[in-house]
Amino acid sequence: MIAINDRESFTILLKVLQEKGYTVIGPTVQGQAIVYDKIDSIQDLPVGCGDEHRPGGYSLRKRGDGALFGYVVGPASFKKFLFPPSQKLWQAKRTKDGFDVQKEKKERFKMAFLGVRPCEIQGIMVQVQVFLKGNYVDSHYQKRRKDNLIIAVNCSEPGGTCFCTSMHTGPSAKAGFDLCLTEIIEEKRHYFVAETGSPGGEVILKEVPHCEASASELKHRDQIMDKAENLMGRTMDTSGIKELLYRNRDHPQWEKIAQRCLSCANCTMVCPTCFCSHVTEGTDLTAQDVQRVRSWDSCFTSDFSYIHGRHVRHSTSARYRQWMTHKLASWIDQFGMSGCVGCGRCITWCPVGIDITEEVRNIRLGSVPNPNDSAKGVHDEND
Amino acid sequence: MVIKKKQKSLPHKKYKPKLAVFKFASCDGCQLSLLDCEDELLAVTGEIEIAHFLEASRRVLDGPYDLSLVEGSITTPHDAKRIRDVRKISRTLVTIGACATAGGIQALRNFKDVKEFVSLVYARPQYISTLATSTPIVEHVPVDFELRGCPINKSQLVETISAFLQGRKPQTPTSSVCMECKRRGTVCVMVAQQMACMGPVTQDGCGAICPAYNRGCYGCFGPKETTNTESLAKWFLEMGMKKEEVMRTFRGFNGYAPEFRQESERQEMG
Repeated sequence: MIAINDRESFTILLKVLQEKGYTVIGPTVQGQAIVYDKIDSIQDLPVGCGDEHRPGGYSLRKRGDGALFGYVVGPASFKKFLFPPSQKLWQAKRTKDGFDVQKEKKERFKMAFLGVRPCEIQGIMVQVQVFLKGNYVDSHYQKRRKDNLIIAVNCSEPGGTCFCTSMHTGPSAKAGFDLCLTEIIEEKRHYFVAETGSPGGEVILKEVPHCEASASELKHRDQIMDKAENLMGRTMDTSGIKELLYRNRDHPQWEKIAQRCLSCANCTMVCPTCFCSHVTEGTDLTAQDVQRVRSWDSCFTSDFSYIHGRHVRHSTSARYRQWMTHKLASWIDQFGMSGCVGCGRCITWCPVGIDITEEVRNIRLGSVPNPNDSAKGVHDEND
Repeated sequence: MVIKKKQKSLPHKKYKPKLAVFKFASCDGCQLSLLDCEDELLAVTGEIEIAHFLEASRRVLDGPYDLSLVEGSITTPHDAKRIRDVRKISRTLVTIGACATAGGIQALRNFKDVKEFVSLVYARPQYISTLATSTPIVEHVPVDFELRGCPINKSQLVETISAFLQGRKPQTPTSSVCMECKRRGTVCVMVAQQMACMGPVTQDGCGAICPAYNRGCYGCFGPKETTNTESLAKWFLEMGMKKEEVMRTFRGFNGYAPEFRQESERQEMG
């Protein structure tokens, strides 16, 4: 375990990354929010900036210290860099007897993500499972992910809509990073405790001035992270959640949610794991040139469920149920993991503040009884 | 015996579909979008014969027309008859803009007594022959496709014409402005700045311009599919807006579109 002393060394870290050809992407303040964007120097980071999260509400605040990572998470996750909102897949030109697919310029993506929260690491891992595992590998995602470096920063002050402890994804990063930092601000010192997670991370750290972390520094880090576990604004009981949602397709709560839900798709757009997209083929007026473009889409739109002449999910209740059941239940069957990482974005950025943790509680309240439970009950009685 | 001379076949001439543009009660902004297609206009004229477009040319070719773009709403008895004539000479009729698809801003008259307006505005009201309402084209004749917006989006217009030429469905989304905001990376003005924004109930098409410039969406492209105006209005009230303000927010350029109209009436009555 290593301590990187003070902000000067942090400047060197940025330089090392840049010299190695990485585009550094991390938190910046833009307008009224934390936005992940290109970082050129330490001044680009949200120095002394914190954020407040509540259902349907978000604001920045001054922290009064020089923290570089004193916020929770930005509105948009790192998803947009690996799975761009809109992306040309290929382009073709008409020829006399058919068409020619145009050769694309070879692009190289060497991105270092800085300040990746543990929940965001899990978000990337979930999408890696979706795009890169199994029989069909998404070459576009692979291209961007291949030379990707992840510099995590543990989440010492979770926000009002966070519930990563419930989803077992944070607030401390356990895996999936090249380098993981914990920011520690003491009265007279501002330093980072670093941990390497890959040979790539070790190479980077070697070039940054550092020393072996002392026992008291490590203790301070552990105290901060223990405290963070208890700062979660929200919790979600995930016990038997798959069966719970499968059993409750006809729960009256779906209709109640639909009275509030705008089916505007904000929750799916900000979700770090939602991967739905549509592919359109556009032509120019002369139909000589055609482009195939993939753009983010959502299970909350009617067009997304348009299959063979009709929309299969007309009502908002059906769409919300589809989203939540996929995210928390059928995702497990499909990909062997939950689709929710507990980042709380869908709660904060819902324009009318619908809270997924509250809705899980509501579904539990009036739930259809688990047949296994009652069978067990009968069995007990007979005994 | 007459020996027939072998006739030379005429060189094959490509048939160019005839395009017409018609104007009803409107500001002309939407048809100007066609003139504004500087880069694409040459390609347009290469593929289509502009047969009737008074804003662009005095030359008028007789109908019938293969594609008629209709701008504006119906506000006079004369126009109510004229649109039926236009329909008769149009194979495909596409309405363009908020006036043609929802009655436009002039449909504000539909919520009041038009006679009162006329008596206030005109020195000699008896010369004014107008209908009590401003209504969308589809209330008068069958419409093949509606292109929304105030004004319409240039790219969507080119897409609609391209789709018509190639006999496919135009790719114009019916989903919310929010989706485009998120795709372009705009931070939500409603959540982060507590601004009233019509984005969650409005159809995308503009590319989410207003929130990118720190303003709430005005609803220029009308209601999106499956709108929940009631929930949004409730949230506006919780944000501290007055009922009257919420009513006005829904009563804009697309105020007569059924979903927005119902919400503004609910706010007005309640």
